[in-house]
Amino acid sequence: MSAPAAAIRVEGLRKRFGDVTALDGIDLEVPSRTVFGLLGPNGAGKTTTIRVLSTILEPDGGRAEVLGHDVVRDAKTVRRSIGLAGQYAAVDGNLTGRENLRLIGKLVHLPRREVVARAAQLLERFELTDAADRPVRTYSGGMRRRIDLAAALVNRPPVLFLDEPTTGLDPHSRNEVWAMIGDLVADGTTVVLTTQYLEEADRLAERVAVIDGGRVIANDTPAALKTRLGSTVIEIGLADAATASRAHAVLAEAGGKASPELDGTIVRLTSHDGARQLVDTLRTLDAGGVEPATLTVREPSLDDVFLALTGHHAEQGEAA
Amino acid sequence: MTDLAPTLRVEPVRRLVPQGLSDTLAIAWRGLITYRRVPQLLVFSTIQPVVFVLMFRYVFGGAIRVPGVDYVDYLMPGVFVQTSVFGAIATAIGLASDVQSGLLERFLSLPMARSAVLTGRTLADVGRNVFVIVLMAAVGFAVGFHLHTNWGKFVVAMLLILLFGYTLSWVFATVGLLLKNPEAAQAAAFPIMAPLVFASSAFVPVNSMPGWLQPFALHQPVSVTASAARALTLGTDATSDLVQALAWIAGILLVFVPLSVWRYRRAV
Repeated sequence: MSAPAAAIRVEGLRKRFGDVTALDGIDLEVPSRTVFGLLGPNGAGKTTTIRVLSTILEPDGGRAEVLGHDVVRDAKTVRRSIGLAGQYAAVDGNLTGRENLRLIGKLVHLPRREVVARAAQLLERFELTDAADRPVRTYSGGMRRRIDLAAALVNRPPVLFLDEPTTGLDPHSRNEVWAMIGDLVADGTTVVLTTQYLEEADRLAERVAVIDGGRVIANDTPAALKTRLGSTVIEIGLADAATASRAHAVLAEAGGKASPELDGTIVRLTSHDGARQLVDTLRTLDAGGVEPATLTVREPSLDDVFLALTGHHAEQGEAA
Repeated sequence: MTDLAPTLRVEPVRRLVPQGLSDTLAIAWRGLITYRRVPQLLVFSTIQPVVFVLMFRYVFGGAIRVPGVDYVDYLMPGVFVQTSVFGAIATAIGLASDVQSGLLERFLSLPMARSAVLTGRTLADVGRNVFVIVLMAAVGFAVGFHLHTNWGKFVVAMLLILLFGYTLSWVFATVGLLLKNPEAAQAAAFPIMAPLVFASSAFVPVNSMPGWLQPFALHQPVSVTASAARALTLGTDATSDLVQALAWIAGILLVFVPLSVWRYRRAV
């Protein structure tokens, strides 16, 4: 076999809704059999990208291909090779888990015998056999998400789109979904997932495209994104906001390679030379008569990356 | 191959049932299960017309004079039509709920016939109407409704009413897809329905209404359907009303089928 081909190619994708530009020229390439993360705040264009790739929306400009098939001209072929699971469990609450999976099986035109067998197999795989014949409206949040994910897998899609697959899940259910995604990729599925959770992208995705304002502002491995910023984050917690403000002023005045950033009662510095920076910082604070309350030294998170790239936190706009 | 291993399937070339039809039946099957799982939907859509029958038969009926006809015989065809008209609101509510829940989004991503979500839903609502109208017919006969013609004409009248209800389902499919919110769809439906049902020949003769209202009340779709059904059960000449009713049905379908399909594609 030749080098792994791209499962998805996106070039200059544009989409407007009235006056709002949702996608402002998105370019992406998703290698086969990998997890690709689309990271960004609400309204960044993640869901619109997924909707165009899953043929639900037609783009205004640019083009997108899934497994070599154009999502507009060859939409029907694309639909046969994709699965979609969203942040809302898009199953019928009045139908049982089994009935939902059989309905999807019929609608993706599995042979009649396979409709029944595939539903039973997925219920088993997602540990829903006991609840299989109960209406989905009686399911817990985690169970609903599992049946939704199972519904996306009925036709064994080589490409799976997951729109915020763990939003609103408790940590236990979230870990289950993560493990499932790992299994899918191990079996050869290409997964594109959107997330607002940086930890999720960090943990699952081989590559991450950071999206903001309908554009890709960075596209790299999580590790590379983090090293762009610096290798060490130093966070100094102060007793109160006034003290923090004073510490910030003292550090800013002292100069140095890393510029301090004030965040409530915390002052944060990011540096490629962590040990040196730490010593300098503590000396400066001591000389300035500022008493730190707490001290944290860690690797940068994707949130730090996001903040550095966009000037705002990823979770902003979550209330929108 | 494990449970999760992907495969790219090829559509079978030969099939016994055309794909659009099998998709429609799958969606209709789902709609009918909903009525079984949520019997409230059926109960409310039946209690209300039963209350109407009892009210008009025993409370208002005494004050309404229809020359040459027992009021109950005048009333029941009107009630059958009103039942199927109000039943069409369920189409709006059902589709709006599907938009809200994200189910429509999933359907749009499947390799199914895109029209099937609408044809299947409206077909399920015909099934529901059959049940409700049979029940209402039983109630009608219990409160003294008499068929003055024969069962053949009675069946024709019922089929006309079901067809009319089906037609209105497409109107309300459009409403549901426009509003995308079940409560809003329900709230919007009543002001559309009320004048059509009450400023009509469904419950009272049109000649008892003010002169300016009569032309509307005589020729609007609910009236001509009710009058045609009434003529078929009373044995008077149904031709004119039947032609008008079928013309309305054809006209409404011609406008609202494409309109709702167009809205469906833009519902997400």
